[in-house]
Amino acid sequence: MIALLLRDLRLAFRAGGGFGLGLAFFLIVVVLVPFGVGPETELLSRIAPGILWVASLLAALLSLDRIFALDFEDGSLSLLATSPLPMEGAALMKALAHWITTGLPLTLAAPALGFLLSLAPEAYAYLLISLLLGTPALSMIGTFGAALTVGIRRGGLLLSLLVLPLYVPTLIFGAEAVRRGADGLDPAGALMLMAGITAGCFALLPFATAAVLRINLR
Amino acid sequence: MSMWEYANPRRFMGWTRPVLPWSFALAGLCLTVGLIWGFFFTPDDFRQGSTVKIIYLHVPAALMAINAWIMMLVASLIWVIRRHHVSALAARAAAPVGVVFTLIALFTGGIWGQPMWGTYWAWDPRLTSFLILFLFYLGYIALWEAIEDPDTAADLTSVLCMVGSVFAILSRYAVLFWNQGLHQGATLSLDKEENISDVFWFPLLVCIAGFVLLFIALVLMRTRTEIRARRIRALQARARRA
Repeated sequence: MIALLLRDLRLAFRAGGGFGLGLAFFLIVVVLVPFGVGPETELLSRIAPGILWVASLLAALLSLDRIFALDFEDGSLSLLATSPLPMEGAALMKALAHWITTGLPLTLAAPALGFLLSLAPEAYAYLLISLLLGTPALSMIGTFGAALTVGIRRGGLLLSLLVLPLYVPTLIFGAEAVRRGADGLDPAGALMLMAGITAGCFALLPFATAAVLRINLR
Repeated sequence: MSMWEYANPRRFMGWTRPVLPWSFALAGLCLTVGLIWGFFFTPDDFRQGSTVKIIYLHVPAALMAINAWIMMLVASLIWVIRRHHVSALAARAAAPVGVVFTLIALFTGGIWGQPMWGTYWAWDPRLTSFLILFLFYLGYIALWEAIEDPDTAADLTSVLCMVGSVFAILSRYAVLFWNQGLHQGATLSLDKEENISDVFWFPLLVCIAGFVLLFIALVLMRTRTEIRARRIRALQARARRA
């Protein structure tokens, strides 16, 4: 399992494009928002939690179709299926690799972009915590979506149609936690519920992902 | 003889042929009676005036929009567990019907909301959950359309339906957490003595029965169409090979 994780990480770092692209996309979305809604600081600081969460969601979506597509095409996914490692473990590792290459950098970059959107100073800690707790769920759900569409040519658009509705609960709790933090309310409830979603996703979705992969490899 | 024998495609075609016109006729009868009764022979609500009458479309459509998804979930489970092809096809057939019911509920709700709340749309928990349900339906249908091999498509869509159901319920409660709304709570429930005044309740019941029957009729018809389409494909494949 560790070997698979390291292989995926190495591929993501060395193959180029995948790793930095999500971050650049995140930056561009956040930069575009003030052009769309106007430069008033108060308005921006009010919508900053939502913008940061939606942008990181889209950035995570961007790299989803790479999770299985290349391995499916060159046959290494079939090799993985015949290896002693259970498919569930492989799915989990794929999600983890996706999180380390997208979710973690997004989380670390988010406070800097929050500065651009003049996010309330009290909210930075909660932004960091909520993204740290929430982005793993995004990766796991996305891995499930990627497994569903792996056999479909040009499945990228379908992938976003399938995955984005599944992101709704995570987004609600994540953005709500940051918003409550910015307003000086107690965000613990939202954070706990979001942590629950993440834990539930990691407990159950590897099984669904593995089932779907087996169907697709049939 | 067990109930599963009715799932044999041949037998299914046999017993649905006589059932289908009857269910359409009954659905038409219930809807005609219920809507005419509701629209013309019930008093106006003392606060909402005559706008309350859209309830005869709005409530049954909303009810069936959710029940259609539950029916798809059950059909998907039957497909995964027992691999009856008719079950998978019925789930496929129900999805577009569910979408239409969801849209009817959203539109009639908007028309009702304009005079009552002063707005067609609000980011109210119930309204938002229905919009999310609509997106789930779209994804489900799109996945069916995208995959060529029918068995793979049936397998993948049933997994999506199961995972989607969990997330739909999660979204429902997450949305409650997110915003308090304008929509009233559940008025109709099975464990109450009287839900709404009987004057409105009886025509509403007839309309609900009409929508249920309409759903059954449409799903049966679409399932029959799917079975025929698959038979034609099989015949064409055989002709190509010969």
